[in-house]
Amino acid sequence: MLRYSLKRLLSLLISLAVASLVIFLVIEVAPGDPASYMLGMNAQPDTVAALRAELGLDVSKTDRYLAWVTGMLQGDFGTSYTYRTPVSQMIAVRLWVSLPLALYALTLSTLIAFPAGIYAAARRGQAGDVAVMGATQLGVAIPNFWFAMMLVLIFAINLRWFGAGGFAGWEDGLLTGLHSLTLPAIALALPQAAILARVMRSALLDILGEDFMRTARAKGLTRRQTLWRHGLRNALIPVLTIIGLQFSFLLAGAIIIEQVFYLPGLGRLVFQAISSRDLIVVESVVMLLVFAVITVNFLVDLAYAAVDPRLRSRT
Amino acid sequence: MRRNLILGGILSSLVLLAALISFVWTPYDHAAMNIPDKLQIPNAQHWFGTDHFGRDMFSMIMVGARTSLAVALLAVGIGMGLGVPLGLAAAARKGSWLDELIMRGNDLVFAFPSLIIAILITAVFGAGAGNAIIAIGIFNIPVFARITRGGALSLWEREFIMAARVAGKSSTRISYEHILPNVANLLIVQGTIQFSLGILAEAGLSYVGLGAQPPTPSWGRMLADAQTMVSFAPHLALIPGFAIILTVLGLNLMGDGLRDWLDPRLRVRRA
Amino acid sequence: MTLLEINHLSLSIGGVAILMDVSLSIAPGEIVAVTGESGSGKSMTAFSVMQLLPNLAHVSGQIRLDGTDLLALDEDTMCGVRGRQIGMVFQEPMTALNPVKTIGDQVMETILIHKAMPRPEAETRARDVLDRVGLPADQFPLSRYPHELSGGQRQRVVIAMAIALRPKLLIADEPTTALDVTTQAQILELLKGLVREFDMGLLMITHDLAVVSDMANRIVVMRHGEVVETGPTSDLFANMQHPYTRMLFEASGHQVQLPAPPAPQPLLEVRDAIRDYRVPRTGLFQPQGHHRAVKQVSFTLNRGERLGLVGESGCGKSTLTRAILGLEPLQGGEILLDGEPVFAGHRPNLDVRRKMQVVFQDPFGSFNPRHKVDRLITEPFHLLDAPPTGPAREQAIGEALTAVGLNPGDAAKYIHEFSGGQRQRIAIARALIIKPKLILFDEAVSALDVSVRAQILDLLADLCRAYQLTYLFISHDLSVVRTVTDRVLVMKAGEIVEQGATEAVFSAPHHPYTQSLIAAAPVLPSVTQKGASA
Repeated sequence: MLRYSLKRLLSLLISLAVASLVIFLVIEVAPGDPASYMLGMNAQPDTVAALRAELGLDVSKTDRYLAWVTGMLQGDFGTSYTYRTPVSQMIAVRLWVSLPLALYALTLSTLIAFPAGIYAAARRGQAGDVAVMGATQLGVAIPNFWFAMMLVLIFAINLRWFGAGGFAGWEDGLLTGLHSLTLPAIALALPQAAILARVMRSALLDILGEDFMRTARAKGLTRRQTLWRHGLRNALIPVLTIIGLQFSFLLAGAIIIEQVFYLPGLGRLVFQAISSRDLIVVESVVMLLVFAVITVNFLVDLAYAAVDPRLRSRT
Repeated sequence: MRRNLILGGILSSLVLLAALISFVWTPYDHAAMNIPDKLQIPNAQHWFGTDHFGRDMFSMIMVGARTSLAVALLAVGIGMGLGVPLGLAAAARKGSWLDELIMRGNDLVFAFPSLIIAILITAVFGAGAGNAIIAIGIFNIPVFARITRGGALSLWEREFIMAARVAGKSSTRISYEHILPNVANLLIVQGTIQFSLGILAEAGLSYVGLGAQPPTPSWGRMLADAQTMVSFAPHLALIPGFAIILTVLGLNLMGDGLRDWLDPRLRVRRA
Repeated sequence: MTLLEINHLSLSIGGVAILMDVSLSIAPGEIVAVTGESGSGKSMTAFSVMQLLPNLAHVSGQIRLDGTDLLALDEDTMCGVRGRQIGMVFQEPMTALNPVKTIGDQVMETILIHKAMPRPEAETRARDVLDRVGLPADQFPLSRYPHELSGGQRQRVVIAMAIALRPKLLIADEPTTALDVTTQAQILELLKGLVREFDMGLLMITHDLAVVSDMANRIVVMRHGEVVETGPTSDLFANMQHPYTRMLFEASGHQVQLPAPPAPQPLLEVRDAIRDYRVPRTGLFQPQGHHRAVKQVSFTLNRGERLGLVGESGCGKSTLTRAILGLEPLQGGEILLDGEPVFAGHRPNLDVRRKMQVVFQDPFGSFNPRHKVDRLITEPFHLLDAPPTGPAREQAIGEALTAVGLNPGDAAKYIHEFSGGQRQRIAIARALIIKPKLILFDEAVSALDVSVRAQILDLLADLCRAYQLTYLFISHDLSVVRTVTDRVLVMKAGEIVEQGATEAVFSAPHHPYTQSLIAAAPVLPSVTQKGASA
């Protein structure tokens, strides 16, 4: 188990290193010099040079990359070109919106998908299965941001149960904050729940065809007992993969959903940064998101080992 | 089920037909503004109503279908074009450094959701429909590489591949002569799924301004425009939304139908 | 007193008749074997007793266990019968256990699901039955997972689960078909012992008449869903009534006459061949590990000779086969065909390869389902510098198909239009088409029903007479190797432990391993056929 974890950890570190290099190089090819862009067309050459030095742009690419990475390791993401404030501060504030939103949505999605998938698999071919599958077929086809607009139209504008947008903040208590994230979280979660429920169902149905399920029936277990005691844990293996993948979709989706609800999250930050060509902010936010995705997949790998004893004993 | 295939096929062909017809005919010029007729709800003159500039929504939906389908199709093309050969090569040299490199590369690309790629490209080169194609396309590469490798690996274990090796055929030749035709079904089904995901992704990217730029009409941007008016002109949001849902639904049903239709026959042949 | 009585059982699935009017009975302590070829309905008979049938199954008749008609029970009551009154053992031990649960949990589940005893007692019972089936506590604690056990050990766990509650009836569906011959002997011995000890009835499903003759009290022969003959084992073998039974018996021990081999003149020479596999590293910074699958093997195969290679799974015979075919390089030694190496430098030697062909085991997996027969059997032409075209190609295809007993017209058909036996003929046609000097038969008749197997063996003998074939026949089946080879090699753990003239090795084995293999192989009784000439 320890060996397996260490191996995954090593691969996590390599992925992070390569990802940071890719992001750095892409941003590097961007035309134009941030310093002259910030100072405008008529800036004096020595003013530009001074700013370049201040921003750390006057050294070689290798040095800049190393400085960027070592900075990030110490929590220093550099200084925003436009706001002249530390990027880490700007990200920290926004992260308190985006991360809770993604986790909220992931929780909702799992809570909806597991029962729905298990229910459908247990009633394969019956009316309940057909109904759940029909609903998921629709759920998969609905764009989450459009669904968000419909939720706003119904629950905020017409029924006035929720605010139409904005974020109340965490200062007034957990519930107030969660309340203002509820519609966005539902909008994010439902389409993902539809996918997850389908995966759960088909994973269970695959397992139902396995020899050991027949063995269990021969021991005297009912169909339902076989499904719960032997099917579920085996079906978790493919389901975990999808949950890991979904986290990256949820993070990306959160960026879009934030636009619908005018939430001050990472998405707003990154779009403002793009329009003001604040590349260091873009670079940092992208790196952070990629870091989150890679880390979640690492955690999923560890979860595999908890579920599947075959992985534990292998290298 | 056969029903899925037929229903999905009908929905998908309707969208495709609308996109093709829009090249030669639309009820109105999709870009022509007509302020006096603005914000009409669907009626006999304007089947889907008009937007805040008085543009005909039906014409915009038709032309928008073009953008959606083109972006998604090209993205699937990029994904298949690069992913399938990579997957075949990885499977042919299972366990080698090449396989390891391809699979690790895939894992890395999986850490960059299309939206993040689109953000990077837009930040560096500016916005445009091309970004969406590249961003979605890049994300499709590992999807096709994995599915090809997975299918190919089980085929490489089969004895007919051994027989071809005994007949002196190279792994490249075996890959395209024996492996590719036998994973084609998998690829067709996955292709339909990625096509529908591409349409959703394109809509999302256009919605946040990272996709097609004006004047190119796109369903995602129509939704972005509709957002501030949704309380008094809900049809502006409902109609492009339904267009997306029906297209994606049609493609998914077709994918499911194709899988069920192609799969059992293969099993019968083997059994 | 009978324990199980099946009366006039008929079964159809989705309107297709599977079983017709099947009747049989089992007394306590009795072993009844149901035998027949694939499609005979023998397994479905077993699953009918368990009431574990696919959807759309329609059953009629009676299945009485201790007087209770199982067909009249509802599903909940039937769940109380399964595992408690009837235990079942399956064919495929590798997949019959849940991979994510310990063996202790899985054996205990049988006990706990029937609420037969509280958990601590259930654990003691689970330990006891595992001990009883030959998995002692010191090596096989309850906390072991299935993947840590071999196939034979897993089958023992499955048996432990089935007998944990001392059921009156045990059903075993091909319990040893997936196992090696020595393991098979041990499992059969275990089952026999359990029947005696617990006075259980055993319903044994098997395709192997030799296994049946060794252990059953009574035999039921089935064909196409019907019972064709039934009787006490010794009587039935001594006096077979039905022609199908006689055919089955004859085919099971089918012998062929090979022409005498020519004077020895080496064709294939294997000298000190070593084949290593890389195994996954045990640690990140550990050196790469290797597993030596073939350890300095040497032998010679002469022109016109039919050489056998026998051994159990994992002994390295498949690895050696691939090395001979030049598909994988050696790590030491050399393999020469006609004096030339099959693997020259880093590349397989095409000049040599065109002198060899191979026939594989699986008649379903050895053809690309998307190609027609003519394309399939001409694939080896790829090895020729100037493959025949036009009429010459047609003629080659026609000749090859005719040689294996098919029609030249079959060339235009797809492979799914043929039965398993016909496919194996096509595989042989593919091997013959470039007139190779050497053919390797890799378990080529192992997947076939006995009647089909007998026909393919006859075909081999015919081809030996017509073409003076040289072949290496690789198999785990001793009885087949005995009849179709002149000389035999016995392989164990990567080494050849014994070789010699086939008859000599089989009648007087020298090496202890060969002796144990031959002792473990079930044999048909040598009966004088009273009814055979009738």
